[in-house]
This record gives sequence, C-alpha cells and structure tokens, in this order.
Amino acid sequence: MNKRGRLVSALFLHAGLLCVCAGLILPFLWMLSTSLKTLPQTTETPPRFLPHPWQPQNYGAIFTHPNFHALLYTRNTLLIAALTVIGTVISSSIVAYGFARIAFRGKGILFAIMLGTIMIPFPITMVSLFRIFRWMDVHTAAWLGAGNFLQMLGTFKPLWLPAWFGSAFNIFLLRQFFITIPRELSEAARIDGCSELGIFLRIILPLARPALAVVALFSFLGVWNDFLGPLVFIQRPNQYTLALGLEAFQNRVGGSEWNLLMAASVLVCVPTLLLFFLAQRTFIRGIATTGGK
Amino acid sequence: MNHERRNFFKGIAFVSPWLIGFIVFTAVPIVLSLYYSFCDYALTNPHRGPYWIGLDNYRQLLHDALFWKSLVNTLYYAAMALPAGLLVSLGFALMLNADIRGQAFYRTIIFLPSLIPAIASAMVWLWMFNGRLGLFNYLLGKVHLPPVNWLGERWAMPSLALMSLWGVGNTVVIYLAGLQDVPTALYEAAHIDGAGPFRRLFAVTIPILTPVIFFNLVMAIIATFSILTVPYIMTQGGPNNATYFYTMFNYDQAFRFLHMGYASALAWIQLLITLFFTAIAFWSARKWVHYE
Repeated sequence: MNKRGRLVSALFLHAGLLCVCAGLILPFLWMLSTSLKTLPQTTETPPRFLPHPWQPQNYGAIFTHPNFHALLYTRNTLLIAALTVIGTVISSSIVAYGFARIAFRGKGILFAIMLGTIMIPFPITMVSLFRIFRWMDVHTAAWLGAGNFLQMLGTFKPLWLPAWFGSAFNIFLLRQFFITIPRELSEAARIDGCSELGIFLRIILPLARPALAVVALFSFLGVWNDFLGPLVFIQRPNQYTLALGLEAFQNRVGGSEWNLLMAASVLVCVPTLLLFFLAQRTFIRGIATTGGK
Repeated sequence: MNHERRNFFKGIAFVSPWLIGFIVFTAVPIVLSLYYSFCDYALTNPHRGPYWIGLDNYRQLLHDALFWKSLVNTLYYAAMALPAGLLVSLGFALMLNADIRGQAFYRTIIFLPSLIPAIASAMVWLWMFNGRLGLFNYLLGKVHLPPVNWLGERWAMPSLALMSLWGVGNTVVIYLAGLQDVPTALYEAAHIDGAGPFRRLFAVTIPILTPVIFFNLVMAIIATFSILTVPYIMTQGGPNNATYFYTMFNYDQAFRFLHMGYASALAWIQLLITLFFTAIAFWSARKWVHYE
C-alpha cells in the first residue's frame, strides 16, 4: 500500500475508534454527571451535561440516607469477598497442583468432569443447593442446638463456603500455569528429600504468584458483581451486599432521586475500576489465558 | 506400597477439596433436582416432603403459557444479543489490532464497561432509557426523531440486547489475544499474492481465529441462557412479561411461590437446552473451526 493510502486508512480507523469510544464512555460520564447534580437539575429539559451548581455532597448523603446503608453493605460485601478470595486461592491451587503435577489413575476423567462443571450455571443448582443447606441446618441444629457455628441459611456461609472447595474455572487457570513450570525443578527438590507438599509450597507456589493474582482478582470481582447468589441466600436487610442494597434502594427511590442513585452506582464501581488501574496487566493476562490458550 | 498406588493416593489427596465440593455442591444438587422434578414439593406445607408424581411437572409445563413465554423471550434475546455481541466484539478487536497510535488508550476505554458491576450498569441504563428524562430520548429529539418507549413492551428486549453490547470488552480482549497469535508470515504471503485487506480478513485472519470464535460462542450461549440480573433489576420481567426470562421464571417458582418440584423441572430443562445448543456448536465446529 502506498503512503497516502496508509494515511487515509489510519485516519478512518481513528475516526471509527473515537466514535466507538465516545459511545462506550457516554454512560459513564452521564452517571458521573448525574451523581453530582442537585435534584431539580435531574429533571431539567434540556438536560445539562456539566452540573451547575455541582453537588458533591450527594456522595456524603448516600452514607447517611435512611434507605441505603453504604457502610454496612460495603462491610458485608468485603467480608464475603475476603473469605471467598482466600478460600479460592488456597483450595484451587492445591487441586490444580494435583491435576498438573501428579500422574495418577483416573486423573483424565476427573479433569474432564471438572471442565464440564464450568458449563453448569448457578440457576441450575440453586434450588437444590438451598434445600441441601436447609437440610444441613436441620440436622446440625438437632445435634448442636439452633444457631450453632455450622448454621448455613441466614449466614454468609452459603456464599463463601463453596469457594473453599475450589472453583473449576480457577483450578483450570492455575493448572494451565503449573504445567508450564519445568519438571526438573520438582525433580531436583524431590531428590533433596522434599515431600510433595513441600514442592508445592516452596517451589510451585512462589513461582505461580502472577497466576494466583489473576485468580484472586477474578474471584473478588465475581463476589463484588454477584447479584443472584445474595438474592437467593440473603434475606435480612442488615446482611445485604452492595448489589442487593442498591437494588432495594432503587425500589424505594427509583424514579425520583436519580442523583443519589447514580452516586451509589459510582460508589459500587469505584473498587473495580481502582483494581483495574492498579493491576491492568493482571487483568489482560488473565482474560487472555481464559480464551483457550 | 508400590509407586503407582502411592501416586494415586497423593493425587486424590490433592484434588480432594474439589472432589468433595463437586459431590456436595454440584453432583448431589443436580441429581436431587432430577428427583424433585418428578415430585410435588411445595415448601408452603412444611409437614409434607417431596411426593412422587411422575411426569406431572413436565406435563404441566407444556401447558404453562408463562413457561413458553419465558422460553421464547430468552430465545428472542439470544437471537439478537448473541450474534450482535460476537460480531461487534470481533469488529472492535480487528480495529484495535491495527498498528496505530493510542492503541492502549482505545483498548482501555473499550474494556472498561465490562468491569462495571451488573447492578450499576442496570441503574445507569435505566436512567438513560427513562422515557421523559432519559438521555436517549433527548438525543433523539435533538435529531428530530420521535421519542422511543425504550423499556416498553415492544422495545424492551431490543433495548436489553443493545445494552448488552456495552459489556463486550471481555470478549474483545480474548479476540485480541487470538489475533496476536496470527503469524505475520501468513499476512506477508497473502500480501505478495496480491490479496486486498478484505481478502486477507476472510482468507487468513478469520480462519485462524475460528477456535477463539468458537470458545466465545460457547461461553456466550451458557451466559445468555442463564441471564437474570439485569432484566430482574430493570424491568422485573415486564411490561406484560415482555422481558420475563427463563431464569426469572425458575427463580419465581422456587423462591416466590416455593414450588420446588416445578422449579427443579425448569432447572433440568434449562440444563438440557444449554447442553443442546452447546452440542450443536460443538457438532458444527467440525465444519468451520480450524485447528492447526
């Protein structure tokens, strides 16, 4: 292609990408702009893009609003997220090690089953999971009394406990990473008298830090974005996660206090965006790995 | 103890967390829901457990207008959102893959919306779709077009499909990773043979990208058939059940009306439908997916 043709095509490409980006960024800007408006400004026609006067106090208001307990919801969400992330990282890496580095009979079949479970979405198991938790509660209550430490329903356990048994997707991700670590490393350690657990803890895990970061990140986002899980397993308003709290808030004030609703939405987005800008590489690498590579 | 047996116990020990979790949280629930799906099991009556009724739940489903409505709705949405999402994200990835300045900036902007939690994007779009005060109708008015009732009975589904395109960033990144694997030698060879940009796209890029397209297709099928959050928040299935999705029907039967047996039958049908479409994807893959 000649020089002029290349210039023209680059120009078209830039124009196209700028249009795409403008369209994609618009909802963000609109959310941000609305979140800084006074209530009368939200109903103005034509709407103004730059709030005047602007009202950053909206962000304070959502922390003291009688229908939205931002601090409580954030605390609940962070608690579930922390327990999920820790559980996922620990157990998924243990299981991934077994699949990646130990040759044992039946491994192929078990691994195939595990991959298959990635394709089973939560709505398919949610009904019976709920029943199983209820059944467990009835039996533990008979032995240990009501409200014992094994109580599932009414607590956060149904949301984070399964993570402590590994998650298929993350196991797969880690396994893909573990198999790229040279075998010679484990062999050398084994000759030095290192046990299998020692190899896992001292050789593989330190090398796998980038992959573990991807898993931690994804499992955090999974909890932060989850709506259906809390919807099914959480009933009491003081246990609401941010997602549930925001939905309840919208049910109460939707159609009127759009500025506060948008401020709360921005608040929900902030940790995710922050994580992204701090760990961009981890994100991109993680997603690229999932694409069957 | 011989070597093979020792390895077997070691291997099982390492994978046992998953194995136990799989049995308790996946296998038992699926088998149990198969059993419940043949039972009358209403939680409204705490003294009566599941009561075997054979195929009655499935028979009832066939005559349940809401079942068909939610199934057709989900297929209608899938027919719009699935191909549109795959094509749009492929288009974005191809544009991003070109060697131009500011690529990292464009990539970040395209990826960002896919990070927004579903609850927050539902709020923003609800606000933009608002009939009287929403941004979209204002912009339409600017170019002298009549306002659209975005979340009304007729337009709600296309609106939700349109909105789903906001979150294609994830898929774009997977495509991009695939595009970077295309050997440059192939492009050069095509170039020497005098192939133009379109020819190169259809004869080189897309064939090599087919495994990635296939992966994205399967993931999209699974996600599309279990969609719930966004319509649940934005339209609650309305107006007049126009956006009543299959998963919402399942959720309502289980946790609103406490018809556990009926809901279990719904879950199983969803499993079979997802498997059916995934199987079609896999079967057709032999004809269009090229593995090196």
